[in-house]
Amino acid sequence: MTDVTVPAPAAAAQAGRFGPYGGRYVPEALMATLDQVTEAYAAAQADPEFRAELSRLLRDYTGRPSALTEATRFAEHAGGARVLLKREDLNHTGSHKINNVLGQALLTRRMGKKRVIAETGAGQHGVATATAAALMGLECVVYMGEEDTRRQALNVARMRLLGAEVVPVRTGSRTLKDAINEAFRDWVTNVDSTHYLFGTVAGPAPFPQMVRDFHRVIGDEARAQVLERTGRLPHAVCACVGGGSNAIGIFTAFLDDADVALYGYEAAGDGVETGRHAATLTGGSPGILHGSRSYLLQDEWGQTIESHSISAGLDYPGIGPEHAWLHDSGRATYEPVTDREAMEAFRLLCRTEGIIPAIESAHALAGALRVGQVLGPEGVLLVNLSGRGDKDVDTAARWFGVVSDEDIVEAAEATVEAPPQESSGEGW
Amino acid sequence: MTVLSDTLAQARAEGRAALVGYLPAGFPTLQGGIDAFKAMIDGGVDVIEVGLPYSDPMLDGPTIQDAVDIALRAGVTPRDVLRTVEAVAATGTPTLVMTYYNPIDHIGAGRFAADLAAAGGAGVILPDLPPEESGDWLAAADPLGLDSVFLVAPSSNDERIALTTSVCRGFVYAASLMGVTGVRGAVSGAARGLVARARAATDLPVCVGLGVSTAEQAEEVAGYADGVIVGSAFVRRLLDAASPADGAADVRTLAAELAAGVRRGAAARAGSAH
Repeated sequence: MTDVTVPAPAAAAQAGRFGPYGGRYVPEALMATLDQVTEAYAAAQADPEFRAELSRLLRDYTGRPSALTEATRFAEHAGGARVLLKREDLNHTGSHKINNVLGQALLTRRMGKKRVIAETGAGQHGVATATAAALMGLECVVYMGEEDTRRQALNVARMRLLGAEVVPVRTGSRTLKDAINEAFRDWVTNVDSTHYLFGTVAGPAPFPQMVRDFHRVIGDEARAQVLERTGRLPHAVCACVGGGSNAIGIFTAFLDDADVALYGYEAAGDGVETGRHAATLTGGSPGILHGSRSYLLQDEWGQTIESHSISAGLDYPGIGPEHAWLHDSGRATYEPVTDREAMEAFRLLCRTEGIIPAIESAHALAGALRVGQVLGPEGVLLVNLSGRGDKDVDTAARWFGVVSDEDIVEAAEATVEAPPQESSGEGW
Repeated sequence: MTVLSDTLAQARAEGRAALVGYLPAGFPTLQGGIDAFKAMIDGGVDVIEVGLPYSDPMLDGPTIQDAVDIALRAGVTPRDVLRTVEAVAATGTPTLVMTYYNPIDHIGAGRFAADLAAAGGAGVILPDLPPEESGDWLAAADPLGLDSVFLVAPSSNDERIALTTSVCRGFVYAASLMGVTGVRGAVSGAARGLVARARAATDLPVCVGLGVSTAEQAEEVAGYADGVIVGSAFVRRLLDAASPADGAADVRTLAAELAAGVRRGAAARAGSAH
């Protein structure tokens, strides 16, 4: 028998750590390309030309900086605290996702790759990726759980209009986690030509760090905007958390501001106690999923448990490793928000501010209502409004019963029966 | 020497490659799976890999995904995997568990290793545990005499091959291609070069898997590797069979064809050596 030899962790693996979380748990075949991405990203960061081009795109294409909107009528329901909304919903493509996508698409071009693949849950990351691929002339394939293609049919159509191929994933639970598995299978097969444009702060290193860096513009802008508007830092920052990209994006600028409380709101679905939820930090435990160590929903044998949420974008049984570390270290607080609470906050923002939020973002709004009650009128709250609710109109209309099922069916049939009068004859 | 090393050394002494066969546990049923493994052994498989059905099989193609799905829907757990190992290892054939790492991580490396050793298992194959992260597992497995097999890939540079082979015990698994498990028309041309590079880094046997499914392919690979690993082709036989008994018979037939293939490969190797 041989002696126990415990190899020293490679520098790259250690660098991708957040306390005990993160790392790279992937097939050996992907290790070389993860090294390549890590090196290309480091070189790009150090290259003023890359940074200038990304800045230009964020300004001229995305429309950054995004606005900071004070929600005064909504705030009346939040204990009278000042509520400031960081308007990522106003970005081109309708969510924060475009920040990361433009960065990685530029990186794809630098690496000389011609094809990007992506996973998507709500469709926002898929739409953003299809958009950037169209802009930069890259081939684009988006993997989406079959269940999500039904919930988010509008975003499927948007991706196809933008020239992307959308592949419905019919394995496992047919949602985001299975789309990620399928994207990894594609990547390991086509790694020479393809970059996996990963959409959240999870996955193997360097994705958690790189995606965070591309999104930290949210918090950097918001911190300056809140200071300018109120003369002080916020008491609390609220964001929804699925994989956790918008939350990390807004948290990062405040990590060293010890007086600023950071709140992440997980999707509690029907309620954490029912088992039908996606509240990974509240109801999960540490383990390995999709290439990194973090928290996940798993059974007694380490099998991933399917998550549940009305919000496709939060319906994921894992979470980024940096959130696991912020949770364990106590720097950020993570709380569950049920479908019902989120939809009440959704309704409230619609009616008080004339803003239809993404259902994902409505979880952060629901959390803000709680925190505001505690802080009272002296409080200043910064809420990341990570996306707009256009994609969720169908879901919300059914939830609130503002249209009947018959209306929806009739509308769909009417659409089918009324083809455009003038067609160019070119198929999409 | 472990039972696995003995078996691989025996094949080497016969001047041929060993034949390694994979199926997930609990497929098509718990007992049906055990019967299929025994049919493999009857047909001439030298080493058995029992797959642990896992919810997120990132490295598996549609064939093995389908089989794993059937096992998981039937409620197969790691406990059933160990029962299968126990039944198969009792034949005297070295029996490894192939598993994604999270189930071991969650159950606990120490507990899993102890249970596997108690069941008579020879070791594990860990396709998504990189050598950098292998310390906990090796600390649990090595003292129990369990072999631990890690993968090298065509994209591995020599530095990574050296690192990976340094933590391998039993043999080195050379993934013949960049991709997922599944039957393919031809064995990737990258396999031969990868075996040569692995050989330069270690004295351990080097076995080739991923995309090897026919006797002809087994013969070709046996011409340069120490072992030939076949998985999806066995799974395919069971998926296509009208009954578990028919499936086991088909598995035995395939095993016999592949066993003949590796022996023809040995003849080719001996011929070219002289």
